[in-house]
Amino acid sequence: MLSFIGRSVVQKTITLFFVSIVSFLIIHLAPGKPSQVDPLNPKFTPEVVERFIKEFHLDKPLYIQYIYFYRDLFTGKTVSWKDNQSVLKKIWERFLNSLPLFIVGTLITWTLSFPVGIRSAIYRGGIYDRTTTFLSYLLISIPGFFFAYVLIILVVTYFHVPVIGMETFGIGHPSASYLIMDRIWHLLLPSVLSATAGIAVLSRYVRSQMLEVEGQDYIRTARAKGLSSEQVHYKHALRNALLPFVTMFGLILPTLIGGSVIIESIFSWPGMGRMAYEAILARDYPIILTVNFVSAVLVLAGTFISDLLYLVVDPRIHL
Amino acid sequence: MNPAEETINTTDYVEAPPAPKRTRMQEFRRTLGQNRLAGLGFIIFFLFFCCAVTGLVLTSGSKPAFDPSMVRLEEKLRPPLSKPNLKALRPDQVPVLNVYLMGTDDLGRDVFSRMLQGAWVSLTVGFVAVGISVLIGIFMGGIAGYFGQHHIKTVHILFFLCLIGGTGLIIANFTVIGTVILLLCPAYIFYSQLTRHGSTEKETPALKAMLHSNAVSVDTLIMRIVDIMLCFPSFFLILTVVALLPASIYNIMIVIGLTSWMGTTRFVRAEFLSLREQDFVAAAKALGLSTFRIIFRHIMPNAVAPVLVSATIGIASAILTEAGLSFLGFGVPPPHATWGNILSNGKNFIFDAPWLTFMPGIAILIVVLSFNLFGEGLRDILNPKLRERY
Repeated sequence: MLSFIGRSVVQKTITLFFVSIVSFLIIHLAPGKPSQVDPLNPKFTPEVVERFIKEFHLDKPLYIQYIYFYRDLFTGKTVSWKDNQSVLKKIWERFLNSLPLFIVGTLITWTLSFPVGIRSAIYRGGIYDRTTTFLSYLLISIPGFFFAYVLIILVVTYFHVPVIGMETFGIGHPSASYLIMDRIWHLLLPSVLSATAGIAVLSRYVRSQMLEVEGQDYIRTARAKGLSSEQVHYKHALRNALLPFVTMFGLILPTLIGGSVIIESIFSWPGMGRMAYEAILARDYPIILTVNFVSAVLVLAGTFISDLLYLVVDPRIHL
Repeated sequence: MNPAEETINTTDYVEAPPAPKRTRMQEFRRTLGQNRLAGLGFIIFFLFFCCAVTGLVLTSGSKPAFDPSMVRLEEKLRPPLSKPNLKALRPDQVPVLNVYLMGTDDLGRDVFSRMLQGAWVSLTVGFVAVGISVLIGIFMGGIAGYFGQHHIKTVHILFFLCLIGGTGLIIANFTVIGTVILLLCPAYIFYSQLTRHGSTEKETPALKAMLHSNAVSVDTLIMRIVDIMLCFPSFFLILTVVALLPASIYNIMIVIGLTSWMGTTRFVRAEFLSLREQDFVAAAKALGLSTFRIIFRHIMPNAVAPVLVSATIGIASAILTEAGLSFLGFGVPPPHATWGNILSNGKNFIFDAPWLTFMPGIAILIVVLSFNLFGEGLRDILNPKLRERY
């Protein structure tokens, strides 16, 4: 157990090191220079560019820049090139904004997909199963941005509530209940959207896991004992089918950053994805690299946690 | 199918194992007929293919039948199926069928022609990107699966580092050091060729032993590269690279292809690992066939099934990614139309001209859905074990 932890920590540190090198190279070897952000801007005199280059070590060779960048990152001194604010502080603020979206989206995904998947596994081949199968393909295939606009049209025309942003612009200080409702309405659409693909994928996965378990011998035994079908499905089958899902708690960590770029920019949600998008537009390399690094850390931490959970949950696995 | 099997089936006097009653093609058609969704997906996929090809023919050239960039400012934001106002237009501005099949956009461009042009973009992006990723995936997975046990020696790594470092130094204007380091490589090849025949001495010097020690196995190396690639948030990475590179459709295809080969590599490696130990491979080896022939004629046809499935679904996700990039404004540069940027332009008129959002959105939805359904159907066809579960 301890040796497993030690080995995977070492392995993941090495992976992280290579990830940092590759992402640094991708950004810095791409054509165009960050010092040429806006040549038409009259404030960008050659002296300013010169100072900019000096300040951020852009005149040094790449490996020196690399060392400087990651030294600054680990001591928390990295600053954004755009507004000289601390990158870690910026990311933390945006992360707090993204967090409610992530939590609500995950809650919707997990509470919806389990009942749907289990039911369609129990009544496989029936009309319910076929409908949900088709619906889940539909949800996987629908482009997020298109679905977002369909939902916006629906909500705005039928409920007359504003949905863009985190709260209605210029709302002032209305009563607390009104404020809460306003927040909930603004939170609802983006989190439903970030949950759609998840619901589709997870419910299919639940279904196939249930089918796998329902074909086992011990289920036949349980039936032969004369147990009621509820007991067979929920006590014998479901508990065993749940095993792989415990590990998925670790694997959803990286989605904190991942696919939220489009949805956050449609809804003007000031979260991580939108910040990354703005950083890309402004060629703000420290932010891009830090977001990349943080998400790589999240991926590695996620797989590590899921491995550990597997160890804890499944007694058949010894390491 | 192996050539050996075919000869057995055609000659009666050999005690042949019972051949399958249906050929694979008949089986394919039967399952598509049974699995109606997959059949539907296949039909839509075929129609989309035809649309894209005719769209390319009709919208390109110096004087296309459907001109996607013809601006008619008098006729902007006309709803679908509306007739053009013939008095306001010059004769060459009148749309071909005398009707705006899908309306016009904010510059009075015919949305139908733009959709036709966009169909070809979606098709090529999907196929080229997935083609690149499948090629890389098969190559890497095949090497990891078949030659995985071979070890890379320390000297090979040094050789490779010299090659890369030398080139890098020359590029970075350290010509002399770079050339010296680069020249070490041919010197090493020359030296190893020399010592290969004359290496009869029993004890090897310590340095040489260290250089020839096994550093890392091929399999480990490739799978670690896969792990590294999987650490990147894929859409964010694609967005970054596409934003930094000059906007062009080829860059998008290449970048999507280069960031999505990891799944294929894992599939192919797993298939190769299990197939390599099978009897027919041992038989092929015993016959003295070359490694190349064993890999490409004997193992590959048996390993290709999961690759096909993941490629079909990969095309769907590549189309979605391209649409998302175009939507964010990083895609194919205007005036070239893609479904993503038609939708992205149309979102400003979402309440006045909803067709500008719905036409491309539904088109993307249908095409991606058909690829997904067809891919899942293909999985059932190619993997009969799964079929019994239904």
